[in-house]
Amino acid sequence: MTAATPGSTTEDVLRAEHISKRFGAVTALVDVNLRLAKGEVLALLGDNGAGKSTLLKILCGFQPPDTGRILLNGQEVTLKSVDQARSLGIDVVYQDLALINQLSVYHNMFLNRERVRWPLLSNKTMRRLAKQYLDEMGVNIPSVDVDVAALSGGQRQAIAVARSVFTDAKILLLDEPLAAMGAKEAALILDLVRDLKRKGDVSVIIIAHNYAQVLEICDRVNLIQQGKITFDKPAKDTSLQELNEIVIEEYRRALQERQKAAS
Amino acid sequence: MSDTAQRTPTTAGGPPGGPPGNGAAGRLRDVGVFLMRQREATIFAVAVLLTLYFGLVNSVGRAAFWSKADLINLSQFWAPIIIIALCEVLLLICGEIDLSVGYTLAFTPFLMYFLVVDYSVPGVLAIILCLVFGVAVGWFNAFLTVTLRLPSFITTLGTGFILAGLILTTNSGEQATIPPQVLGIGHWIGSYAWAEITWAVILTALFHVLLRRTRWGLHTIAVGGNALGAAEAGVNVARIKYGNFMITGLLGSFVGLQIAFQTSIADTYSGLAGFQPMFYAVAAAVIGGTAMLGGSGTIIGAFLGAYVLSVLEDGFAVVGVSAYPLTIFYGGAIIIAMILNVQFARLRREGRVR
Repeated sequence: MTAATPGSTTEDVLRAEHISKRFGAVTALVDVNLRLAKGEVLALLGDNGAGKSTLLKILCGFQPPDTGRILLNGQEVTLKSVDQARSLGIDVVYQDLALINQLSVYHNMFLNRERVRWPLLSNKTMRRLAKQYLDEMGVNIPSVDVDVAALSGGQRQAIAVARSVFTDAKILLLDEPLAAMGAKEAALILDLVRDLKRKGDVSVIIIAHNYAQVLEICDRVNLIQQGKITFDKPAKDTSLQELNEIVIEEYRRALQERQKAAS
Repeated sequence: MSDTAQRTPTTAGGPPGGPPGNGAAGRLRDVGVFLMRQREATIFAVAVLLTLYFGLVNSVGRAAFWSKADLINLSQFWAPIIIIALCEVLLLICGEIDLSVGYTLAFTPFLMYFLVVDYSVPGVLAIILCLVFGVAVGWFNAFLTVTLRLPSFITTLGTGFILAGLILTTNSGEQATIPPQVLGIGHWIGSYAWAEITWAVILTALFHVLLRRTRWGLHTIAVGGNALGAAEAGVNVARIKYGNFMITGLLGSFVGLQIAFQTSIADTYSGLAGFQPMFYAVAAAVIGGTAMLGGSGTIIGAFLGAYVLSVLEDGFAVVGVSAYPLTIFYGGAIIIAMILNVQFARLRREGRVR
């Protein structure tokens, strides 16, 4: 096994090695190496179009990489589908949340994993378990009987995260969990991630392009720029300022190149 | 999202609904919210009022309305609308529609006739093959809609026209008489006077449970409410849609057989009359509280919606007034129901009703 990233240990629950992906003429990812330790919260930062989403889709089984391999607890795995990745404990919480507005909170929590006493749904059991679980996680909602349409953005995100953890996800990929959220709403999600971190058996990758808030809760930061991971540091060794400078520098360089090409 | 994000969460255990209204306008709004909260309550009230009017208040209707002959008449008009409407509710909830089902209904008796008379197929087998044909039409509609990703409004319109033409072509535009070989089993399907409504009531109960209490129903709502989200949760969206189209085809054929046994003929439904059962069924579904937007709908509402259409039709005949303005009432009912549906959806989004 090659030492692909600095400081890697056998404790890593997830490793992606030499991942590349092209879409026609567009190169989305170039030789990306990423690791995630047990119980770690990793921030995967980068601008729009840098390759965050492509990497996310590869890690959750939505699409295969062109080259490279993925190791789960040291074992090489081929992620063939989202379902299969989920059965291995990798779950993604999408930006659009994948919640069904017209269904109650508990039906959403159990969607496609319903408790059934054939042929009928065991609504009572599902309602009780959902309530118990959300209470344990500290997610505060008026009632598990309300439609998720009636909940606020933060509450919806919390339900989506809780649903993933609830269904035994060991690796949680959060796609822009704080997008379009007010301070109070964002605090709800950050608290939830902190709770997960404290319990320690779930590892989290937070994908975000706005990193100010994410920096508060993550253990380590990876920055992805033009399809490459260009930065990998523990969160305590970096700062908002440093990240800002890197991103601004990249922007200036790109601008200069464009101007050079134009003249 | 911005409209909900601003809301402060209500406290646990608090009563649902907005602040109590002040004055007459507030009370009126509360009544409106109450009615909409019980979605089937509105249509149930309308059904009761119409029954009271034709059955008790109107002096001409009172005598005729409760006669056995007239009740049978009412039930035989009502039952086919119910059964088709149940299917359309499932399809509308998962975001689709089947415009062709009326012609599946119309073609099936001809198929039975050809099988029995021209190919000497035994009666029971012929009926089973007819039902298989209905399922096949549903599958074909689903294939075009789900697999080839065409809008169901177009695909099923096309299928409907094709079936309409097949009916006229295969039997040279002639009606067919139901052959005696199948009349025995036909008694249980449709020729016994109360057979149709009995089947309709049983199917209503089954579909209600299917929609509200089974995985299939939950997934149907999920697919119509947020197809992408449902797929991300692992729900097999294509399977749900295929299934609901095939159920619709199956019951379309079944209703076709019922009507054929009851009338003893296979009607050609020429001049596009075959679209009529579908239009009545969709009207019943909408009047009953099923939105065309997907994700919500009610079986009991469709059952009552079909009753309202039937009791109006029957009542007009019983009372002996001209039936010319009948469709004005239908149209009004559809539009009012749709307004209520949209308002209901809005209140639901705001979390005031569920």
